[in-house]
Amino acid sequence: MLLAGGQGSRLGVLTAKMAKPAVSFGGKYRIIDFPLSNCINSGVDTVGVMTQYQPLRLNSHIGIGIAWDLDRTVGGVTILSPYERSENSEWYTGTANAIFQNIDYIDSFDPTYVLILGGDHIYKMDYELMLNYHKARKADVTMAAMPVPIEEASRFGVLVTDPDTGRIVDFEEKPAHPRSNLASMGIYIFTWSVLRDALVKNKDVPSLDFGKHVIPYCHAKGNPVYCYEYNSYWKDVGTLYSYWEANMELIDLVPVFNLYEEYWRIYTNSITNAPTYIDGGADITRSIVSEGCEIYGQVSNSVLGTNVTIGPGAVVRDSIIMADTVIGENSRVEKAIIAENCVIGKNCVLGEGEYRESTYNPKVYAADLVTVGERSVIPDGVSIGKNTAILGETVPEDYPHGRLESGDAIVKAGDVE
Amino acid sequence: MKAIGIILAGGNNRRMQALTAKRAIAAMPMAGQTRAVDFALTNMANSHVQKVAVLTQYNTKSLNEHLNSSKWWDFGRKQGGLFVYSPTLTQENLNWYRGTIDSIYQNIHFLKESHEPYVIVASGDGIYKLDYSQVLDYHIAKRADITVVTTKCQEWEDVNRFGQVITDKDGRITDFEEKPMVMETSEVNCGIYVVRRRLLIELLETCIQEDRYDFVRDILVRYRNLKRIYAYHLDSYWSNIATVQSYFRTNMDFLDAGIRHAFFKEEGAVLTKANDFPPAKYNPGCCVRHSIVASGTIINGTVEDSVIFKSSFIGSNCRIKNSIILNDVYIGDNTVIENCIVESHNTIYANSTYIGDPNNVRVVVEHNDRYIM
Repeated sequence: MLLAGGQGSRLGVLTAKMAKPAVSFGGKYRIIDFPLSNCINSGVDTVGVMTQYQPLRLNSHIGIGIAWDLDRTVGGVTILSPYERSENSEWYTGTANAIFQNIDYIDSFDPTYVLILGGDHIYKMDYELMLNYHKARKADVTMAAMPVPIEEASRFGVLVTDPDTGRIVDFEEKPAHPRSNLASMGIYIFTWSVLRDALVKNKDVPSLDFGKHVIPYCHAKGNPVYCYEYNSYWKDVGTLYSYWEANMELIDLVPVFNLYEEYWRIYTNSITNAPTYIDGGADITRSIVSEGCEIYGQVSNSVLGTNVTIGPGAVVRDSIIMADTVIGENSRVEKAIIAENCVIGKNCVLGEGEYRESTYNPKVYAADLVTVGERSVIPDGVSIGKNTAILGETVPEDYPHGRLESGDAIVKAGDVE
Repeated sequence: MKAIGIILAGGNNRRMQALTAKRAIAAMPMAGQTRAVDFALTNMANSHVQKVAVLTQYNTKSLNEHLNSSKWWDFGRKQGGLFVYSPTLTQENLNWYRGTIDSIYQNIHFLKESHEPYVIVASGDGIYKLDYSQVLDYHIAKRADITVVTTKCQEWEDVNRFGQVITDKDGRITDFEEKPMVMETSEVNCGIYVVRRRLLIELLETCIQEDRYDFVRDILVRYRNLKRIYAYHLDSYWSNIATVQSYFRTNMDFLDAGIRHAFFKEEGAVLTKANDFPPAKYNPGCCVRHSIVASGTIINGTVEDSVIFKSSFIGSNCRIKNSIILNDVYIGDNTVIENCIVESHNTIYANSTYIGDPNNVRVVVEHNDRYIM
C-alpha cells in the first residue's frame, strides 16, 4: 500500500499542481518510480496507490501500471482515491486512516502481510528481505529504520531497540536527546490480521497515523514490533535543497545511488523514444541528459529531463531542467530548478545576485535556488535573483526594471482560466 | 481500419556484411533508441491497422526479442494484435520461405481468417512515416487492384538496387524494371503494397501452383497489363537500410533536425519497446558535438558527428568521429574510431585504432572478453 496523497508543501511551486510523488527526479523519472520499481523488483505485484492531493499527473503517469509490469490479470496496480460513502464521507485524514478506508481493497486479496510505503523517497530496497526478516522473527510489525548521525536523530522518529533481538522497546518522536540513532523510514510490514484489528479499534482517532497511533497501539498491546535495519542509499527529498542535492548526486563520476547498474533497474513511464541531439556548438560536461533533448548551448553539472531544448548560446549550470522545457538563446541559468513545460525567454539571467531571505515563504525557500513551477513562462531579457520562485505565465510588466530581486517571488494563481 | 497488415521482415543480404550475421535487417537498431521494424509497425499502429503479422525467417533472435510484447505498439488487443510467423514444418510443407510470395502463402490462414477487405504489405527495412489509410483511400479512388508506394530515393543512394517504376499520366504502372542497369526515372518501388485480401489470396494460390515465389517479379511485373496496378507517390522521407552504406547514411540523416523532428517530435512519433535505461551521462572531460546519443550511455571521451546507441560506454580520451556505435558497446580509454560502425555488445580494448573510409565505412566486429583482469 503506497501512500501518495501528500502535497509535499516544502517543495513550493514544484507541487503547486501535482502531488510530491509525481515530481520529476533524475531526469526521466518521477519520485514514485522508485517505490513502484522496488515493489516489482521485490516480487510485490499487487500495489494500491492512495492518492488525494492533485492526483491527475500521478494517475496518468501510473496508468494501468504497464511501465512497472504491474498490469496484471490478478492484482497489479490500483489507484485508490478517497470516495463518498452513505455516511461519514471524508478525505484521507492520516496515513493509517487512508489504509482504514481501503480495508475492503486489501481484504479482497486476503493477504497474510501488508507492506506500507511512502511515495516520496529515493532508494532501492528489496522488500522481500524485510518480509523474510518479519517472518523469521514471527513479528506482527516490522519497521524499517536506518542509522543516522546521532546529532541529526532528533529530526526523525527514533526507534530504541533491544540490541540482541532487534525488537523495539520504545519509540521517540523527534526527541531532544535521542537514545538511539535508528530513524524510522516510514516503511512498515504488518501481519494483516494485526493491522486490520488495530485500524478498526482505532478508527475514531482523528488523523489516524501509523507513527503516532497505530504502532504505539500495537506495541502497548504487546504485539512483537521489530526493527529492520537498512544500510544503503535512502534520500528524503522533502525540501527544495535536499531535492536539488539528491539530483546533483546522480552526476558524480560514480554516483552513490547508481542508476546504471543492470541489477534492480528503475522503471518509468517513458514518454518519448526520440534520440538526444547534441549540436556542433554545444558543450556538455558532468551532466545527465534524457531522451529527446536538443542541446545547442552549454550544459554543466545539470540534470535534464526528456525533450528539453537548450538554445544556442544558452548556459545552464548546477540546475535541474525538467521535461519539455525550453531555455531560450543566450540565457544563463544557474542553480535553478525549472519544472516541466516551461519556456524561458532569450537573454534571461536566472540566479544572479546575492542571496536574500525569502520575502514570500522563508520556510520553503531557504536556499540560493531559483524555483520555477510547471508551465511557467519567463519573458525575454529579464534578470532573476537567488532564492526566488516563479509560477505562471509571467510578462515583462511583472519584472520592475526587468529584474526579480533575490528572495522575491511571482506566483500567479495556477487556476484554470 | 479496413485492412490488415503484413510486414516482411525475413530478409538478409550480403550487402549488410557482418551486421546481419546477428540479426535480420528489420531488427537493425535505428536512430539511437529504435529498430528498423519499429517504423513499419508504428505506421501500422498510427494508421489504425489492428491486426499485423510480421513474417520472419533469417536469424530471428533479435527480432523476436524485440517483439516479445506487442503492447509497445498498442497491439496488445483482444481484437487483432501482433503475430510473428516464422516458417514451420507442417504435414503439407517442409520448406523455408522460398520468397516473398511463399512467405505470405505459408501463412495464408492469416489472410483467410481475417474479415478486413484489404491487406497492407510493407517491408521491415524501410524508414519512413506514412499513413497507410491515405494509400488505401487512393487505392479505392483509383479502383486499383494493387497499389504500390513509390518515391524518389535519396540522392546519395545507389538507385540501381531498387525496382524502377514507370507510370502513365493517371498513375497506373505501365512498366517495372527490377534492379536495372540504367535508370530511366528515379521513381522507385518502396516495397509497400495495398491489395484486396481476396485478390491477394487468389494471386498467391495461383503463383504457388506455378512455383512462382517472388512478389515483385511474379505478381507485379507479370500481371502489370492484366491488373490495374497504381503507384502512390510518397513525398516525405523514405530510406531503405539494406546495405551498410545506406544504413550508415540513414542513421546520420537523423542528425538533421527536420528529419528527426518529423519522426520523433511530431504527432505519430515512432514507437518502440521501452527499455528504461537511465539518462545518458556526460562525465568531466567529455566533448560531444553534432551527435545523437541514446539513453544509458556513459561518455568520457570525445564524440563528433556520430550516432551512439543505447547503453554504451566510451572511455576517457577516446575520439569517436563520423561513426555509429551500436547498443551496449564498451570502448576502453584512448581509442580512436573513425568512419566505422561498431557492432553491438562489442568490447573494444583501450588504445585501439579503427579507421574506415568515409565513403566506405568499416564494420567493426570484435569478440573480446569484457571482463578481464
